[in-house]
Amino acid sequence: MDSALIPEGAKRCPLPKFSIGIAIVSAVLLWGVYAMFLCWFKGLNQTNMNDYYGFALWIWADLAVIAVGGGAFFTGLLKYIFKIDELKNIINFAVIIGFICYSSALLILAIDIGQPLRGWFIFWHANVHSMLTEVAFCLSAYFAVLTIEFIPNILENRQANKVPFFHHLAHNMHGVMAIFAATGAFLSFFHQGSLGGVAGVMYGRPFAVREGLLVWPWTFFLFTWSAAAYGPCFTLLVTKTTEAITGKKLVKDNVIHLLAKISGWMIVTYIIAKIIDTAYWAMVTAPSLGFNLSHFYTDNSFYGYWMLITEIVICGVVPGAILITKSTRENPKLRLVAIILGTIGVCLNRWVMVLQIMAVPVMSFDTWALYIPSWQEIATTVLPVAYGVILIAFAYRYLPVFPQEQELNQVKPVTE
Amino acid sequence: MFPFSFEWVWDMGHMVFFGGFWYAIGILSAGMTYCIVKAVLNTMNDSGESH
Repeated sequence: MDSALIPEGAKRCPLPKFSIGIAIVSAVLLWGVYAMFLCWFKGLNQTNMNDYYGFALWIWADLAVIAVGGGAFFTGLLKYIFKIDELKNIINFAVIIGFICYSSALLILAIDIGQPLRGWFIFWHANVHSMLTEVAFCLSAYFAVLTIEFIPNILENRQANKVPFFHHLAHNMHGVMAIFAATGAFLSFFHQGSLGGVAGVMYGRPFAVREGLLVWPWTFFLFTWSAAAYGPCFTLLVTKTTEAITGKKLVKDNVIHLLAKISGWMIVTYIIAKIIDTAYWAMVTAPSLGFNLSHFYTDNSFYGYWMLITEIVICGVVPGAILITKSTRENPKLRLVAIILGTIGVCLNRWVMVLQIMAVPVMSFDTWALYIPSWQEIATTVLPVAYGVILIAFAYRYLPVFPQEQELNQVKPVTE
Repeated sequence: MFPFSFEWVWDMGHMVFFGGFWYAIGILSAGMTYCIVKAVLNTMNDSGESH
């Protein structure tokens, strides 16, 4: 029924089967939309946020999707600025994943501010002393970059491309994409960094505060670095998941190996910097503020040393080691383990830097403040996942996302 | 916020924040304008390279 829209030569499942899949995911999406409207109409009392937790599950989800969406800017930087041409076979998908992540981040912020109709205030009545203002500026502008990077792929749809204007527009946009990619890298450097900088300048929170360079605490650089390191892991993970669902090979192994190798070296260099930062903070910064390391990891039922070890060793050192070693990187199962661990690692880092900060007692009369999100918060956090699945499903079905798909899935002629 | 807004102050904070923001938006706008105008001309002349 919709075969005229499907890329030429590509095989897709029948429309009824596709529709059933979309309907199931849409049910989850509607659950999230219902919770979203509850938050908008009834207010933020629908959440379990309180005076301890002004930043809650949403801000963790926001930082996590921005971190894993970092694969788009870093892959774009490698493809268009460093001219690593093999990555042209995965850049479309990296951009779509980035588009989903950043639109999700903006959606989460629209719910979080409670009054989305006043969202434009941050641009018009900007507090120029706030790192979050920089985040809002760069996030919005970078979402515009991702939209611009996504448009040519949409215009290459089989029917849209027949329209001469769309055909020429897509071609012209490809021609100047390096400028957009460079702008995206510039914006990403600052907003990824400033999200980390917010934690590093919390002078009243000894768990978060760090020294740094000029106005930027070390967490500024660590956040940008980790997004560039782990973002490609998420791109590879979603690619692998899409291949598993479609039952097709979509990207050649040499492209996967190359991106995994780059990600691996980025993770290794990042994790060395992270270990140095953590050690300096534990041995110098925190004691200078009157706290021992044990204060941040004991006397509560959830946050223990296991979290520190999981983040740095299991989800940092291990995936880094797997991905920089040729034999383990080229082993599909070990590579999958590494990219899953990497994705968990960066999400865990954002959890620690958003929620553990809030939980740790600061004053002598304080106790650990653990937090359980309300169902409305969970539903609105699941909402972007459902939206992402639907957008990827439509993009895969109707757009030429993977240039190598046809070559890798040629139907062999039947021999008698 | 623009320099003609009543809240605007000519200090480093405003100049760096809004300078960077409008610089990025300016590049994106100029890039898209170039692509659209060129696509219109290509379509009118039908002389664009095939992609």
